[in-house]
Amino acid sequence: MTQNYDNLPQGSFDRITRDTEKAERISKPSVSFWQDAWRRLKKNKGAIFSLILFGLIVIMALLGPVISPYSPNSQTITHANLPPKIPVIENLGIFDGVGTLGGKEVDLYEMKNVEQNYWFGTDGLGRDMFSRVWKGTQVSLFIAFAAAAIDMLIGVIYGGISGYFGGRVDDIMQRIVEILTGIPNLVVVILFIMIMDPGILAIIIALTITGWTGMSRVVRGQVLKYKSQEFVLAARTLGATDGRIIWKHLMPNVLGVIIINTMFTIPGAIFFEAFLSFIGLGLQAPDASLGTLINDGYKLIQYQPHIIAIPAFVLSLIMIAFNLIGDGLRDALDPKMKD
Amino acid sequence: MARYIGKRIIYMVITLALIATFTFFLMKILPGSPIASADKLSPEQRAVVEARYGLDRPLPVQYFDYMFGLLQGDLGVSINQFKGADVTDVILSRMGPSAQIGFQGMVLGTVLGILLGMVAALRQNTWVDYSSTVVAIIGISIPSFVFASMLQYSLGLKLGWFPVALWKDGFMSSVLPSIALAMFPLATAARFIRTEMIEVLGSDYITLAKAKGASGAEIAFKHAFRNALIPLITVLGPMAVAILTGSLVVEQIFAIPGIGEQFVKSIMVSDFSIIMGTTIFFSVFLILVILIVDILYGIIDPRIRLSGGKG
Repeated sequence: MTQNYDNLPQGSFDRITRDTEKAERISKPSVSFWQDAWRRLKKNKGAIFSLILFGLIVIMALLGPVISPYSPNSQTITHANLPPKIPVIENLGIFDGVGTLGGKEVDLYEMKNVEQNYWFGTDGLGRDMFSRVWKGTQVSLFIAFAAAAIDMLIGVIYGGISGYFGGRVDDIMQRIVEILTGIPNLVVVILFIMIMDPGILAIIIALTITGWTGMSRVVRGQVLKYKSQEFVLAARTLGATDGRIIWKHLMPNVLGVIIINTMFTIPGAIFFEAFLSFIGLGLQAPDASLGTLINDGYKLIQYQPHIIAIPAFVLSLIMIAFNLIGDGLRDALDPKMKD
Repeated sequence: MARYIGKRIIYMVITLALIATFTFFLMKILPGSPIASADKLSPEQRAVVEARYGLDRPLPVQYFDYMFGLLQGDLGVSINQFKGADVTDVILSRMGPSAQIGFQGMVLGTVLGILLGMVAALRQNTWVDYSSTVVAIIGISIPSFVFASMLQYSLGLKLGWFPVALWKDGFMSSVLPSIALAMFPLATAARFIRTEMIEVLGSDYITLAKAKGASGAEIAFKHAFRNALIPLITVLGPMAVAILTGSLVVEQIFAIPGIGEQFVKSIMVSDFSIIMGTTIFFSVFLILVILIVDILYGIIDPRIRLSGGKG
């Protein structure tokens, strides 16, 4: 080997000396966990698209009832059961106010002498579907976010205490959770709605009564995992209090799974709210959520399919968007869990 | 294993007793009366009707009576819908259609979902894979009642391929509800199998099988598929929950005389004994499914047993 090396022409190799000054230099800017997660999330087209779509839906839910010239609950009986009509798009042959009457296709707007355009049509009482749908979206989203937030709060505190203090406390708390998770969610929700007056608050409470157990389990698992690691031991050795360890050292590590879990709680809550409304345990008229709108529309599906189609479409869009955002966030925040 | 199962069964009994107690007292504080046109009855007439159903006895007596009845499988008698019929009989008589659409939906969904997931994993990152993902996302996202009403409107009402509603044409009546219920298991199974298959396909023993010259089909079915299938058992629980939840609305939409439809109707007319009976029936069903799933998984995959025994 050495001979060959000697035979090489001069200047083939340069000696590289290690510069002690530069060796420790970080060549790329350091990326925090959240920047890294955001970078991963940005690569996920489905999640970003869903995020934008969801943003648009939220904006519409807030603005829709405001920009519509009709209030969600005002009834104009003479304008009942009009199909959707949107200016400009009507020229394409869709949303042109043509509906079937007695088996024939007629422009119902002309027939009923309606000058205005109802973008999403009207329902059986002549209420504007455009403002109703967005108002309903508002209510559905509010219920879902409130339920998810309460679930998160209770779940994190319960799971955190149970995992952090361990031992006897953990034992007792986990037995309680085990029994609670044994009770089917469906049964609890229905029973609770039945004893409370149906309304937004009742639905939120019913959804959160057992909903938090999932979150508490996840948080407990994570806390158990992290609390025995060296950095927590180091913090404790340096005299950090329990509160400081929980907030400064454990929380940032558990935050990822909390967010992921919440993102999957929200579509679940939206579904349950719509489900309850559909079996007649939801909001009472004139309040409307997407679920009650779908329920109302279902009764007229044979003659006025647009009344169910639009809220069902919006509901499905929200559900799809949330599932995709949830998937994307899970991949971004916890690459190990990626499927 | 025996200890683990024993512990789980004890938990199950405690949970059920809690549910029964909880349901019983909830029913007592509920507004509304199960006695038909209660407002029109004079206090004396009302007392007579209440005495007939034992509603005049002290609450603790009623409670223990009910709990002892439960132990013997007696769920009480229906008060206003079936005039004194046994709740157990009412539930049993309505089990047929529910079980049929539930079972068909489950089988259809799981089988199609497994196929879809397998194809997607074998053709990873092609259009086949992407469209399977889209189907799975849609299946998980769209609620069963939206899907059911879409099916009813398109295939039933517009095209007339299947009966729109009711339970009169035997198997044909069960097709649309079964498809509506199948969507969730289909989507869940497809996602799950795809993930598992991709993981298994990347493992060492698959490389070994390839190196030994096994054909593509042999690898896919004999080696990868069988190992990917085992973890699917874990999602059977959530699937059963989804089917049961779905059946409440799907039976309503297709006017199927099943337990779900009965349950919703009882809520409307506050027939407390039927609501209680059905609640307990649903709980027993779901808790049993989850117990069986856990035990099965422990038997099939011994690695789980260790951690299961401790927890």
